[in-house]
Amino acid sequence: MVTIEFLGPIGRPNLTMEASTLRDVAEALKQDDEMAQWIDSCAVAVNDTLVASLDTLLSDGDKISLLPPVCGG
Amino acid sequence: MLELHDGALNVPEILTRWYADESTSNYGAYIPFVGTVRDEDGIEGLSFDVYEPILNSWFNAWVAKAEPLGAILKMAHSRGDVLVHESSYIAAVFSPKRRVALETIEQFVEDFKASAPIWKYDLRAGKRLYARERSMAIAGAGLLGSDQ
Repeated sequence: MVTIEFLGPIGRPNLTMEASTLRDVAEALKQDDEMAQWIDSCAVAVNDTLVASLDTLLSDGDKISLLPPVCGG
Repeated sequence: MLELHDGALNVPEILTRWYADESTSNYGAYIPFVGTVRDEDGIEGLSFDVYEPILNSWFNAWVAKAEPLGAILKMAHSRGDVLVHESSYIAAVFSPKRRVALETIEQFVEDFKASAPIWKYDLRAGKRLYARERSMAIAGAGLLGSDQ
């Protein structure tokens, strides 16, 4: 199982699911109507490191974080 | 040095402390940037969420980038509510000579705006409203909706 956390304004509780790659997570979230407004604008981190490929391998216990557009300062 | 504070920053205390901390470090330049919440569009203030693990790694990467230049970075940011005319952000560079500090502070603050995992909300009528139109997607955003 991996855990998906939705940071900042997405404001959803964590989600757990079975996934072997980030592509599995993407496919699941694309089916989720609540995520439609966020999916194209979020960056993604696995275990707090930003990633750039849906082929990123996932292991049991991994944390996937969705980071919506930012504005510090 | 990265500091997170609940609520508004105590700007005089932070700037004075940083100055004192480096007063005998032989830096010729100390260039701070202070971000203050402006009274505009009827907001009561701003509010901030911070994701510390990635903020720390982003900041540490900048510390490593500044080190070969002989420069050091310091940054303070607020969590939670910061009212109009209070300050939520301070960044500072110390370097032996002014040119490195001037160039580094600009690059650092611009990358901060584009990359640091901090989310801003307007405070209006007691509500916290995500400032989406003023926010920037982090480089590489949209991966989940792509075929990459």
